[in-house]
Amino acid sequence: MDLYQEIILEHSKRPLHAGLREPFNAQVHHVNPTCGDEVTLRVQLSGEGRSAVVADVSYDATGCSISTAATSVLADEVIGHSVKEALTSFAAMRKMLTSKGADPGDEDEIGDGVAFAGVSKYPARVKCALLGWMAFTDALTQAGVDIRATSASPPASLASSTITTDAATSDIMEDS
Amino acid sequence: MSDAAVGDAFTTQESVAIRGDFAILSRTVRGGKPLVYLDSGATSQKPQQMLDAERAFYEQHNAAVHRGAHQLAEEATDAFEGARETVARFIGAQSREVVFTKNATEALNLVAYSFSNAAAAGAMDGVDPALAARFALGVGDEIVITEMEHHSNLIPWQELARRTGATLRWIGVTDDGRLDLGDLDTVITDRTKVVAFTHVSNVLGTINPVAAIVDRARAVGALTVLDACQSVPHLAVDVVDLGVDFVAFSGHKMFGPLGIGVLWGRYDLLNAMPPFLTGGSMIKEVRMEGSTFADPPQRFEAGVPMAAQAVGLAAACDYLSALGMARVSAHEHALTEALLAGLAQRPWVRVIGPVDNKDRSSVVAFVVDGIHPHDVGQILDDAGVAVRVGHHCAWPLHRRMNVTATTRASFAAYNTVAEVDALLTALDRVPVVFGTVV
Repeated sequence: MDLYQEIILEHSKRPLHAGLREPFNAQVHHVNPTCGDEVTLRVQLSGEGRSAVVADVSYDATGCSISTAATSVLADEVIGHSVKEALTSFAAMRKMLTSKGADPGDEDEIGDGVAFAGVSKYPARVKCALLGWMAFTDALTQAGVDIRATSASPPASLASSTITTDAATSDIMEDS
Repeated sequence: MSDAAVGDAFTTQESVAIRGDFAILSRTVRGGKPLVYLDSGATSQKPQQMLDAERAFYEQHNAAVHRGAHQLAEEATDAFEGARETVARFIGAQSREVVFTKNATEALNLVAYSFSNAAAAGAMDGVDPALAARFALGVGDEIVITEMEHHSNLIPWQELARRTGATLRWIGVTDDGRLDLGDLDTVITDRTKVVAFTHVSNVLGTINPVAAIVDRARAVGALTVLDACQSVPHLAVDVVDLGVDFVAFSGHKMFGPLGIGVLWGRYDLLNAMPPFLTGGSMIKEVRMEGSTFADPPQRFEAGVPMAAQAVGLAAACDYLSALGMARVSAHEHALTEALLAGLAQRPWVRVIGPVDNKDRSSVVAFVVDGIHPHDVGQILDDAGVAVRVGHHCAWPLHRRMNVTATTRASFAAYNTVAEVDALLTALDRVPVVFGTVV
């Protein structure tokens, strides 16, 4: 099976940037209602508006290997990058994850995130991979970032989506 | 099945015959692997006999029941009411006490809403005051459930408490997954108006001591509601012997079709209850100024009913009756025994629920050290083994057992010891893939 790439197992065993740190501009708590997995995530930005930089992403998560590794990759991918770049990564990640195996992902845009291409063939696991990302974009919103205005050229999948605090509770795969 | 005793597991030959009735069991999954279906607690697979019955209804008798005077309408009505009699017989009930609902969740909501709907002006007109009082719920009254309930027997009561101002209380669960009856008398008191509890836990597999709870509830005059979703498909259930006032279960977990559930209730109680859903079929007389309602069970079956599903459910009852419920439960008991023994040999696995196979049904939930259930389920799925992962709609119970989620295997009559072995073999791959055992 192509789901558990070595890089995913590695991130899940030793997640990068884990733990809650200060200072932070916003903190959110997201839950996957299917399995009860949860993540508390903090974002610290420096600068304003489009040019703001993600100074830190810190988190405390309980979850499966896919969600743990995805949040680890997310933190590693966005810290030190502009909000604009982070949102481009998010859009590329989401496009790949919801492609049902058609989109192998672009390493330039999502780095280690390409290891999650196999997840898109397992619809029940897509939410696991997106839990941290949903929390991250929610935290950006709470920190005052206008997500749509900031993203230079939002792909259709991002522009048409609704990013809210309960984004993680949509598309329930299983009765709960 | 002539040679085996009443309470024996199925022979190999019998198992082959049973499995032959379930076409889906011969398909393959995930690149040609034989399907090992161990998720019957979520929904069971369907025998040919049930599918044939449903198809025959549509092909030969389909019409809207309880309407029209043409021949098909008569035949459809006969088929629907005949199905009610079969289902009633299967659980030891009278057919006028059997209400068809869309699922067990609706059946439980129907009972819960009876309490708050009874508070509306005029809702209980003409009902014996002593009987009406049993449905009167307000501030100071208490509703009792247990900590091991499926959300479908938890949230309707939480919401009823919110609507009426009554207080929700619950019976706790012990570390080994049994109801903690030590403080039964302090939880169920003369303030208690209704006690709703599950017959068999959908996570722990625990078979609860119905009689002890019913005795206490009766002593204080409380009504009792039993969630029998995980018992009726697996054990011989006689609703009168159980002594409860209401029983809810679903069709799709017992070889029946999706889209049908059953509420059984004592007739005098059903007859006192106001309607839940209203509309066609459930009326006695309708005027622009107001309406009167039909007697049970029609009072609770608004709209054109799911006749084909009722016919299918009756065929499923007949199928289970032909197997013999004593043998079904003996067979599943043996499978549970084999699985518990296999898991006990793996020190990196911990069963959530009773580890002794006594007063225990055939669902087995477990956790693997250091590995999330979703990852466990994924590895099992890769080997063709279908189990359920998550909190199984019993989130408070998982919190009580100090786990986020579990992996759950659940059996039905068509499963075999070979499938238990397939699960155990696939499970042994889990710590290897995730590198937790070297």
